[in-house]
Amino acid sequence: MSHTETTDDDNQPEEGENSLFQVESEIERTRSERYRQWFETWVLASCRIAWGDWRIRVGSAILIAYILMGTVGVLLTDPPTIGEGTRFIGPFESWQFPLGTDNVGRGIMAQIVHATPWMLQMVLAGAVFSTILAVAVGTVSGYKRGTVDSVLMTITDIAMTIPGLPLVIVLSVLLQPRNPLVIGIVLAINAWAGLARSIRSQVLTLREESYIEASRTIGVPTFIIIREDILPNLMPYVVVNFIQAGRNVIFASVALYFLGLLPTSGPNWGVMMNRAYTTAGALYTAETAYWLIFPMVTVILLVLGLILFAQGTDRLFNPRVRARHAGEGKGMKATTGDDEDTTQGMF
Amino acid sequence: MVSRIIRRLAQAILTVYVVVTLTFGMIRLMPGGPMDYLRGQLIQSTGGQVSTQQINQLVEAYTNVNPDQPLWSQYIDYVIEIASGDFGRSVVYNDPVSQILAQALPWTLLLMVTSLFLMFVVGVGLGAVMAYHEGERVDLGGTLAGILLNSIPYYVAGILLVYVLGYQLEWFPTGGRMTQSTVVGFNYPFIAGVFHHAALPIVSLVITGFGGWALSMRGNSIRILGEDYLRVAELRGLPSRRISLWYVGRNAILPMYTGLLINIGFIFGGSVILEQIFRYPGVGYYLYTSIGARDYPLMMGGFLVITITVAIGVFIADVTYGYIDPRAGGEGNESY
Repeated sequence: MSHTETTDDDNQPEEGENSLFQVESEIERTRSERYRQWFETWVLASCRIAWGDWRIRVGSAILIAYILMGTVGVLLTDPPTIGEGTRFIGPFESWQFPLGTDNVGRGIMAQIVHATPWMLQMVLAGAVFSTILAVAVGTVSGYKRGTVDSVLMTITDIAMTIPGLPLVIVLSVLLQPRNPLVIGIVLAINAWAGLARSIRSQVLTLREESYIEASRTIGVPTFIIIREDILPNLMPYVVVNFIQAGRNVIFASVALYFLGLLPTSGPNWGVMMNRAYTTAGALYTAETAYWLIFPMVTVILLVLGLILFAQGTDRLFNPRVRARHAGEGKGMKATTGDDEDTTQGMF
Repeated sequence: MVSRIIRRLAQAILTVYVVVTLTFGMIRLMPGGPMDYLRGQLIQSTGGQVSTQQINQLVEAYTNVNPDQPLWSQYIDYVIEIASGDFGRSVVYNDPVSQILAQALPWTLLLMVTSLFLMFVVGVGLGAVMAYHEGERVDLGGTLAGILLNSIPYYVAGILLVYVLGYQLEWFPTGGRMTQSTVVGFNYPFIAGVFHHAALPIVSLVITGFGGWALSMRGNSIRILGEDYLRVAELRGLPSRRISLWYVGRNAILPMYTGLLINIGFIFGGSVILEQIFRYPGVGYYLYTSIGARDYPLMMGGFLVITITVAIGVFIADVTYGYIDPRAGGEGNESY
């Protein structure tokens, strides 16, 4: 990219005498135009269409609220400290602790807010890790075929069959990870396999398309073909699965913290649920149930936001569903066009 | 078809083999792994009176790994022992791990297979109804309910169910897997008790899980409704019942097969959390207990047993898939 900037218009006169550089600058310019066009078609247009879908509107509102909570919210609320309030203040009873306090007087609200950045980091790490790995394995496997393909797909199938949660539990007990990024990656340890599979089958059909065959015939390097021609076509799958991977990381992490299987460090929604469940008997006494309910609602809302967003983007990207509904004048009502790619989040 | 079954069988065996290797690696090579912990525990319990050699013998009895031997020979011994069904000894229960897990496995299977089956049936049925009434109130309501229920983690639903139906209303038991006084066998009180105990875990999985299947089925059906072959079928004057079952239904279910395969692993993995919340002594329950007690042999065994079960489940699903989709016999690699 830095190369593109140096050969921009203002540098051109100095190198003008050398015709070779001029040729190059022309190529660079068309490329930057291509990036702009890519941005136009994939980002701007998508945003415009997306805004018409209620699921995207609600989903992104929820997600933005969580991001704000994890950034601005952390600055606005004081970190929870032991004994800052009386024990077990009920929710909506005091201005200082809107959601009440726990058994050592810490504000529930402050705990939820201060756990957010940590959770978001972990979710992002897991989603990024599994998506990148899946795209790499899927495209290489589908494009290269032959031995590379069968070796990679055997590995993928094995990774898909190994039940992730027990593996993660055993690993986390042995490794005791504390860094949110590491935990996110451990939790996503076999989440990539399903996406890699569906990307591979996409690439298998794509590579036979005439324009890609043309690129191959004129000798465009494989890496460029994959980056320029194949990856943009895979974006729908990648986006939806990125979100699904994030959802799975949330489900798994909260569960493991709730059961006390991951080492606790700092405020955490799952740890809150665990403490409410084990120390306050929140399950048996209605008076302390709020301590358990609020983190639960926090988790459910975040997942709901992610699912709505994923469903919306799937609708947006899926050309078959889009084509069927184009011109019917039905507008953007609830329509889901799931493909193999979204099924992995069913459970 | 036959070559496909053989290839899938080879793959299932390869999966199990990889996981056996993985557990060996975790026992032997992980920093702070089970070996050192177990050795420390044994030295403590014997009061430091025994020699290193004896300690190593004890360690071998528990983990099937003898630290005296070179690494490669430890590994070969370990694989052979696991293959012959010897998973070592549980430190806490002081019974063979295989014996503990073998009596727990049927109960986990009962929970998980029933849940998976119900989830699939309810989801596919609802999804088909929603697709048939596309755009109507049933469809919108179903979509909303599906999305909402799908965003609730199954263990959260489980906690709420235990709270309301178990502790508050006392309609369902809050733990165990059968009624105390009943005799095991084919008699009504026993079977009724078993289902009474299994009901809440199954319900919590099904109500949070069917939404995804329904949305998936709905999407697939709607897509197929626009296909050309359906128009041809209509023009041929085929009865609508035949069209909806054989043309739409069958083709809409096919892509969901991938989801089924992935979910077998997911759902059996989830048994760790679910069985803990409902205090249901299945494989997952023992896996959890073993972690609390640092009973590494039982922990590794539990992980292995769950993986083997999933590998078998995936294999069975794969073989039966050939009956739903005749095309699978040809290029079977695409089916996953």
